Amino acid sequence: MDTLLHQFFQQLINGISLGSIYALIALGYTMIYGIIKLINFAHGDIYMLGAYFGFFATTQLGLSFIPAIILSMACAALVGIIIERIAYKPMRNAPRIAILITAIGVSFFLEYGMILLVSPQPRTFPAVFTPTVYNFGPLVANSQQIVILVSAIILMAVLTYIVNKTKAGKAMRAVSFDADAARLMGINIDRVISMTFALGSALAAAGGVLVGVYYNSIDPLMGMMPGLKAFVAAVLGGIGIIPGAMIGGIILGVVEAMVSGFISSTFRDAAAFGILILILLYKPAGLLGKNVREKV
Amino acid sequence: MLRVEDINVYYGAIHAIKGISLNVPDGEIVALIGSNGAGKSTTLRTISGLMKPKTGRIIYEDRDISGMPAHKIVSMGLCQVPEGRHVFANMTVMENLELGAYLRKDKDGIAKDLEDVFEKFPRLLERKDQLSGTLSGGEQQMLAMGRALMSRPKLLLLDEPSMGLAPLLVKEIFNIIKEINAGGTTVLLVEQNANMALSIADKAYVLETGRITLSGTAQELASSEAVRKAYLGG
Repeated sequence: MDTLLHQFFQQLINGISLGSIYALIALGYTMIYGIIKLINFAHGDIYMLGAYFGFFATTQLGLSFIPAIILSMACAALVGIIIERIAYKPMRNAPRIAILITAIGVSFFLEYGMILLVSPQPRTFPAVFTPTVYNFGPLVANSQQIVILVSAIILMAVLTYIVNKTKAGKAMRAVSFDADAARLMGINIDRVISMTFALGSALAAAGGVLVGVYYNSIDPLMGMMPGLKAFVAAVLGGIGIIPGAMIGGIILGVVEAMVSGFISSTFRDAAAFGILILILLYKPAGLLGKNVREKV
Repeated sequence: MLRVEDINVYYGAIHAIKGISLNVPDGEIVALIGSNGAGKSTTLRTISGLMKPKTGRIIYEDRDISGMPAHKIVSMGLCQVPEGRHVFANMTVMENLELGAYLRKDKDGIAKDLEDVFEKFPRLLERKDQLSGTLSGGEQQMLAMGRALMSRPKLLLLDEPSMGLAPLLVKEIFNIIKEINAGGTTVLLVEQNANMALSIADKAYVLETGRITLSGTAQELASSEAVRKAYLGG
């Protein structure tokens, strides 16, 4: 019994640190969906780019963790803005399926473009922290897990502040709620959309750097699975709802860790997508979403 | 102040506005009346830049604004209160009003206008921290108007301000429109409630299926046989 409980808390720690990375990626999905109703399937690849930016910042430029993660976030924000301008903006008034297919195209472009540029070989992310193991009674957490959790909390707090308190954040919420009314307030929609892509991409990049730090290995296709998982997390919390993405990410991470710990790690992905099926069947608007019928 | 010259507007293949021209002189209240689907809202949406005319020009303060993005037009002092209020229901009354002043940077001016809005609409002050989605229809109309006033407009476009409101409230809203106009703001008013609209307007246009069929001073139209039959209930 005691070992079961111990195992439970240990998996909880693992799950929360994994989940906070899902949450960082899910935030971008949910914000972009909130603004232009697009499931940006290239978002997982921005996370991969973020990992590479972090990798080159540490190995080539010799930066330490904090400057590296900031540089990576800034570069990814720029890439996000450029992708939106080139690939999505011309499709703004096209049917939704067209822009969705475009997003899948962008995803492949980034994945195979990176394979061409940096080779498909996985790279070893440099150890930016001396791995220390902390014991909390019988429980174990390593320094990477703590860094992930602390970074994720700081980033989410900053995002919450931006969205709720700043003028730009209010403009974002206004556009997401009613784009035409926002335009009548004098809000430049294009600029708000660019800013949303920048913020979402920066958060995904931070997730990528943190994963690099955690697993030490990055490759051009690393974004596929976490991208899908973060999408599940965003839907779980309620797509378009920012706190929903945070909660959805953490829950998904914890469930995966529990399934790996108590059943088998081969069922981990099945659990994640099982959650997607269940939520779509029983609460399609997500945990924090209100059930709204689609207007016909 | 505003001159619309022979604009044609399409929704896809549907020809919604068929060559409308109208003139809104500085300082006046001009009403655009007509039944449902005549193209009144489309005309306003085209003036405020939410839609683009296929042909024709919209001259505001001697500049052609047709085809300009909506946010640019707002920055020139032309603000629209949309049909159905369109308040940001997920935000508080205060946040809505702050968004109305989105383009302004003069903190003192904003604070002063906020006071003015609360003076005109005391109920908004009582509810300033409430989510605007929880307001009644009349209060939402007041909020939508207050929000537009926060941009300190020179020309205010009002789309169906009386829609869905109780008669007493309609009167209150129209009194406030007169008050706003007396304060120096030019008003272009779209209304199905022709009676109310003609009672406060200087000039009016009657719109039918995308065309102007009648125009004149409000008194002329109110006494016109055709208008009385069609819009004023005999």
